[in-house]
Amino acid sequence: MSISIQVPMSREQARSLRAGDSCLLSGVIYTARDAAHKRLCELAAEGKELPLDVKDSVIYFVGPTPAKPGEVIGSAGPTTAYRMDAYSPTLIEMGLTGMIGKGKRSKEVINAMNVHGAVYFGAIGGCGALLSRCIKKAEVIAYEDLGAEAIRRLEVENFPVVVIIDSEGNNLYETGRTSYLESRKG
Amino acid sequence: MREIGAERITEVVKRLCVEANTHLPQDVKNCIEKSYEQETWPQAREILERIMENYSIADKENCPICQDTGVACVFVKIGQEVHVNGDLAEAINEGVRQGYSEGYLRKSVVRDPLDRVNTGDNTPAMIYYDIVPGDQLEITVAPKGFGSENMSQIKMLKPSDGLQGVKNFILKVVEEAGPNPCPPIVVGVGIGGTFDKAAYLAKRALMRHAGEPNPDPFYADLERELLEKINTLGVGPQGFGGKTTALAVHIEQFPTHIAGLPVAVNINCHVTRHQTEVL
Repeated sequence: MSISIQVPMSREQARSLRAGDSCLLSGVIYTARDAAHKRLCELAAEGKELPLDVKDSVIYFVGPTPAKPGEVIGSAGPTTAYRMDAYSPTLIEMGLTGMIGKGKRSKEVINAMNVHGAVYFGAIGGCGALLSRCIKKAEVIAYEDLGAEAIRRLEVENFPVVVIIDSEGNNLYETGRTSYLESRKG
Repeated sequence: MREIGAERITEVVKRLCVEANTHLPQDVKNCIEKSYEQETWPQAREILERIMENYSIADKENCPICQDTGVACVFVKIGQEVHVNGDLAEAINEGVRQGYSEGYLRKSVVRDPLDRVNTGDNTPAMIYYDIVPGDQLEITVAPKGFGSENMSQIKMLKPSDGLQGVKNFILKVVEEAGPNPCPPIVVGVGIGGTFDKAAYLAKRALMRHAGEPNPDPFYADLERELLEKINTLGVGPQGFGGKTTALAVHIEQFPTHIAGLPVAVNINCHVTRHQTEVL
């Protein structure tokens, strides 16, 4: 059974999720990857306003392919999340409650998720054609010069994700693998 | 001397860029489908189903299988009897430029590794030339994503590390990569040569049809053994646990120096793309 979540989502809601939960996200999320994260954190360091409201937001680590005429967006699957590890704690501190990516995260990110209440979701990497079907609207809201790396506001419907790391530090990469290996022993 | 016009090469490269990014090769699909049949872990089966659904959508709608449409790695085998009319490298890059623009593919190349300004047209391609006998020209376009590229490693082992050292290093690289390169992965291995040659061999190993064994029976056995070992690590599709961590292991070997045993491991994701055309 999947949990339906309206995004943006509160810190309380983020804290209620557990590693391994399958979720369907509906509402508004933002895209950002390496270059956009760098710019956001530079602005934050200077105390300037960011081009998106980070509070209660979910950021999707993705650089989509260009939309063909008549399409909302091209292929749009997750990129590897550890490259954002240097920046995510700052955004979590500012109120970010969710991230969507794939792959491992650093201790610093997991610690910030625990202190402030945030969750790390995984979408299936390499399934950009399938995932883009859940994106109903896409609009560049900042850093258009970055092309695929621009910040986009996405409206999503039943976007499928699974909680990889929850706010208590439970990690599906560890538990999933351990359960599988234990099942092989039995 | 056989003449081949540069415009013809541009046309072919352009088409191969689009085809490679939208249609997963049948050999890779076969490996994924075979793994699905053998996979028993429910979560792993579910992910493999989504992966198969994804490449079917891409086939049907001619859209990119993955949003990381990669850097264009282009392998060119040029027959000694062939003369190209025009600038070959520019003809290839023009093909990449047109393919990535007209095919609505993502432009993922920055002009300098440190100033990081996007070139806007996915050029330059990474081109490898091989001069061979004959009067044909073979072009392979392999878009390479960086989620998996970033998990690749090279190590200059000592001759005394031997076969066991090689196996340990390959398993270590796959284990450390874990969920990051979008497993199930294809593992390209280069053993021997020099520092750079080993890395090139590992990349070239990924061009082989997925699951096709090394022609040397010793290395074919080693590929089988490593695939089996990798698939007992438990990483599984997307790293959520399961048998299917790798679809194939391909090794390319080459003579080396008496003092050395270079080993390079180039990892590719389940979207292992390559399209070839012979002119």
